[in-house]
Amino acid sequence: MSERSRLRLVVLQVVVLSLLVTLLGRMWYVQVLATASYRSAAAENGTRQIVTPAARGMILDARGRPLARNRTALVVSISRTALLRQPDGGRQLVARVATVIGKPFAEVWDRTRLCGSPGAPPSPKCFNGSPYQPIPVTDEADTQMALQIMERREDFPGVTAELTAVREYPQPLGANAAHELGYLGPVTDEELAQRAAGARRGAHNETVLQRTDLVGRAGLEREYDDDLRGTPGVKTLAVDHRGAVNSTLAETQPTAGNYLVTTIDAQVQAEAEKQLRAAIKRARTVGDVNKGFEKRKADSGAVVVLDVRTGGVVAMASWPTYDPNIWVGGISTADYRSITSKKNNYPNQSRAFQGEFAPASTFKAVSLPAAVKAGYSLHASYDCPSAYPIGRSMKQNYESHGYGIIPMRRAIEVSCDTVFYKFAYETWLRQGGLHAKKGTKDPFTTMAQAYGLGRPTGLDLPSESNGRIADRAWKQAYWKATRDFYCAKAKSGYPAVARTDPARATYLRRLSKENCVDGWAYRGGDAANFAIGQGDTTVTPLQMARVYAAVANGGRLVTPHIGRAIMTPQGTLVRNLEPKTVRHIPVAPSTLAWLRSALRGVTERGTGFGPFARAQFPLGKVPVASKTGTGEVFGKQTTSWFASFAPETRPQYAVVMMVSQGGTGSGIAGPSVAELYKTLFGVQGSTVDLAKASPPGGRPTSALPRVRADGTVVQPAGDPSTAAETRQAAPFLPRYRREGE
Amino acid sequence: MSTGYRATPYTTAPPRRSARLLHRDGVVRRMDWPLVLAVLALTGIGSALVWSATRQSLLDSGGDPQSILKKHVLNIVIGLALGVVASLFDYRMLRAYAPVLYVLSIGGLAAVLTPLGSTINGSHSWIVLPAGFSVQPSEFAKVALVVGMSMLLAEKRDAEADPRDVDVVLALGVAAVPLALVMLQPDLGTALVISALVLGLVAVSGAPIRWVVGLVAGAALTAFVAVQAGVLKDYQIARFTAFLDPTADPKGAGYNVRQATIAIGAGGLHGQGLFHGAQTQGKFVPAQQTDFIFTVAGEELGFVGAAGVVLLLAIILWRIGRIAIGADDLFGRLVATGVLCWFAFQAFENIGMTLAIMPVTGVPLPFVSYGGSSMFANMLAVGLVLNVHMRRYA
Repeated sequence: MSERSRLRLVVLQVVVLSLLVTLLGRMWYVQVLATASYRSAAAENGTRQIVTPAARGMILDARGRPLARNRTALVVSISRTALLRQPDGGRQLVARVATVIGKPFAEVWDRTRLCGSPGAPPSPKCFNGSPYQPIPVTDEADTQMALQIMERREDFPGVTAELTAVREYPQPLGANAAHELGYLGPVTDEELAQRAAGARRGAHNETVLQRTDLVGRAGLEREYDDDLRGTPGVKTLAVDHRGAVNSTLAETQPTAGNYLVTTIDAQVQAEAEKQLRAAIKRARTVGDVNKGFEKRKADSGAVVVLDVRTGGVVAMASWPTYDPNIWVGGISTADYRSITSKKNNYPNQSRAFQGEFAPASTFKAVSLPAAVKAGYSLHASYDCPSAYPIGRSMKQNYESHGYGIIPMRRAIEVSCDTVFYKFAYETWLRQGGLHAKKGTKDPFTTMAQAYGLGRPTGLDLPSESNGRIADRAWKQAYWKATRDFYCAKAKSGYPAVARTDPARATYLRRLSKENCVDGWAYRGGDAANFAIGQGDTTVTPLQMARVYAAVANGGRLVTPHIGRAIMTPQGTLVRNLEPKTVRHIPVAPSTLAWLRSALRGVTERGTGFGPFARAQFPLGKVPVASKTGTGEVFGKQTTSWFASFAPETRPQYAVVMMVSQGGTGSGIAGPSVAELYKTLFGVQGSTVDLAKASPPGGRPTSALPRVRADGTVVQPAGDPSTAAETRQAAPFLPRYRREGE
Repeated sequence: MSTGYRATPYTTAPPRRSARLLHRDGVVRRMDWPLVLAVLALTGIGSALVWSATRQSLLDSGGDPQSILKKHVLNIVIGLALGVVASLFDYRMLRAYAPVLYVLSIGGLAAVLTPLGSTINGSHSWIVLPAGFSVQPSEFAKVALVVGMSMLLAEKRDAEADPRDVDVVLALGVAAVPLALVMLQPDLGTALVISALVLGLVAVSGAPIRWVVGLVAGAALTAFVAVQAGVLKDYQIARFTAFLDPTADPKGAGYNVRQATIAIGAGGLHGQGLFHGAQTQGKFVPAQQTDFIFTVAGEELGFVGAAGVVLLLAIILWRIGRIAIGADDLFGRLVATGVLCWFAFQAFENIGMTLAIMPVTGVPLPFVSYGGSSMFANMLAVGLVLNVHMRRYA
């Protein structure tokens, strides 16, 4: 044996030693220096969370009637881990379950496939939840089915039948309120990621969403989602690599969501909806009493009843509407298409707070105080001709003819437009007309802003519309946006129109030219239109109701709201939702008092007289202040408005109704409003019984509903359905014990 | 009754068998006890780890939770018996039987490629026997190759002469056949172990340095060509490169590495306790009782226990190295050297892959992993090394 061999053997041993040292070094790093990160990776690996959803809180009306509650459904679920344990992947088990619940095997089998996994059917047939969540295969099981499953545990491993809460909109007394309640929808991937990121950042006020969660997608369900949803129960399980469960590491019970008490009174809501339908029907079938019973399209409408002191929405309805229950359990494609189609005129949109309409003469409640600001006396008389010259053209008095020289009060009662043309036009001229300095404060547009028009009222519902104040700034912005279009048209003309109607083409081209060159200008006609609520100015019916509430309550600009309070299912108050009003409209109390009295005059001897007289409404006992409006819309039939509040002496409610393409305010909306007031003040024939009013006493409900210790809500006495199921279902019901987990 | 008379071996009657064993020059005294004890300790720890790795899945499938442990202990006992047999006769006699062993092992490797062979874990390396037994001929081929190459490299020369080129060529030729057969299975891990063993043997045989350098260069070139020419299957390359970035494909090739390293890292300094490793008991690491047995040590026994395993391996390698240096002849030295290279590389590869510093190739951890063939081959190899040790100066 050579020395060379021996030497190389020594080298070999050194190499081996270095290999071993390398291993030890790496082990030191992995096991000692970096162990924390590997531990967390292992923890993530080996645990799974099962979530028991919390029962969603009820939405109650002001007197405790449930507008949204939970129906209990007997839900049969199959645990996916139990399926995996079966030798045949669970086919036989699923077949047994399918037989018991009376559904075809293929449907149930598809339901147990995870969406996106190989061989899974497309959504919604597959299961969109977590692989560790029991998969619900039916929510229509009956007790008989449940017993079959629960008593033969050995035949149904991992299958459970338990009572689960399913959302339901019971529509008490027929109150639909679909646009206010909103609906629930499945959570999206973005929301899941967003909430999870929030939780990591430590935003504890937001609950982490689970894939199977339903979240509020519109209306109150969305606005108060966090309050209503509650906290889900979480069970942390130790699992192996296949997801089979080894043990339970931690468990927290779900906490039911809180109740939302609203300002809505289901009785008034139901009556408001009924009267709105009646107005639509009247316009379509009977016709406008003031226009020789001319029939109208009446494509849509809205009604709002506000508590003038707090801004609480006692009722708010929009037409066309839909059954909110179509959203429960996932809306069908056909239903969704039907409520979002142009053919049905978009029933999913609320005209009350999302629809924008020219307010017409109801706007005089805004322009009268503005005229006072501009220096016109309330106690003087003015000429009310049938037309008023603005520049080179004559502007007509729309709803009324010439009345001669009349006192201001009479101008309001007969809704004289020409008087307001005069106020606005003269003011416009005084301010410099077309050449007014930049930043000139027009009293009319300023007053509209002070009344909160042109921006959302702050209603606690999503997607409220702004409305629009068509003032100088708006015209400027609009011109900038449309200038290019009109200038191009001014150049090219209207060759297509010219072929058939050369005169019209010439007219359109001249219009385009005008718009191109000085479309920015706030003309005298614009100012005159503005004063009578015509032109480009639009409001939502809710904004108008708020205007009349401000007139009624002495100048406070209330924030309309539906949420009244959040209560626990045990009945303790969590927080009050009444917003504080801090803004006042800049109108002297004497002016408002004059205006209230003048509006009362409208009902007693002006344009509002007809509907109340025909309804034989005892105005002597309940004096109503009102203003009609008939809005002209280019290319459409007129918008019927009726804005009001009552009693004029001690105002409680502001009621506004609008019917698009409905006809005149007094002919179409007015009669319905008169009927609605009968409900609000307990009018029967010529007698007024405030005890029979709804809500009782002829004033909005102020006390919160009473919740019993078991979570049931005390219902108003005398309701036709006193036996109403008001139980908050899930947390109090006995549950079948879930086994095999 | 001391008379000053002292009995000598020359005057007394031949001692009885037990006395002969315990005699100063007897087998027991000449045994390398640190090596034997380290091997026994390692098999003991290995048994505990195999038990922990298999208990839960056996429970889940409703079987006897100790059934694999029992088979493992049986393997150890049989292995020890084989080791004793391998150490009893004079290893020099083995030179005569080397060709027989070699041909037998080639036959076994070839049989794997016939319909007799079966595929387990992606390697077509097994011959399944009746009654639930299976044999992995490549394990035994390592023993045969060590003996065969040592014979060729140590043959035909006196103590002064190093192997001539022709001897090296012959030895490499002998190694090439089993290497090729193993590659055909394909069993990349065993092929790498054989390569390491061949390189070590050629180097320590005293062959000209150009052969050592040439072999290293040749190995590098082969690897390059194999990857370029597509000789390796995609999954082999994927497995091989997964260790470079285990997170690249956590559910595919990188999954094993990722889960193995998580298990070891989660063990920390002191471990989570035997039977209490969440990763192990949750069966997140695949092939955990065989190729990934070290992860059980890492997770449940912690750095302390895992380092203990490495230390026992170090003792075994140190003693084998000592025996190689102290061997009487080149054949004995080369046998010990071959076993040293085999164990060292296989242990480094096995542990290194669980720590994500070596590619994933399926080789068992000597004396620890579950598996009869590997246990028997390891024991035979240790028996031969002890044989070399005990026959010094004899």
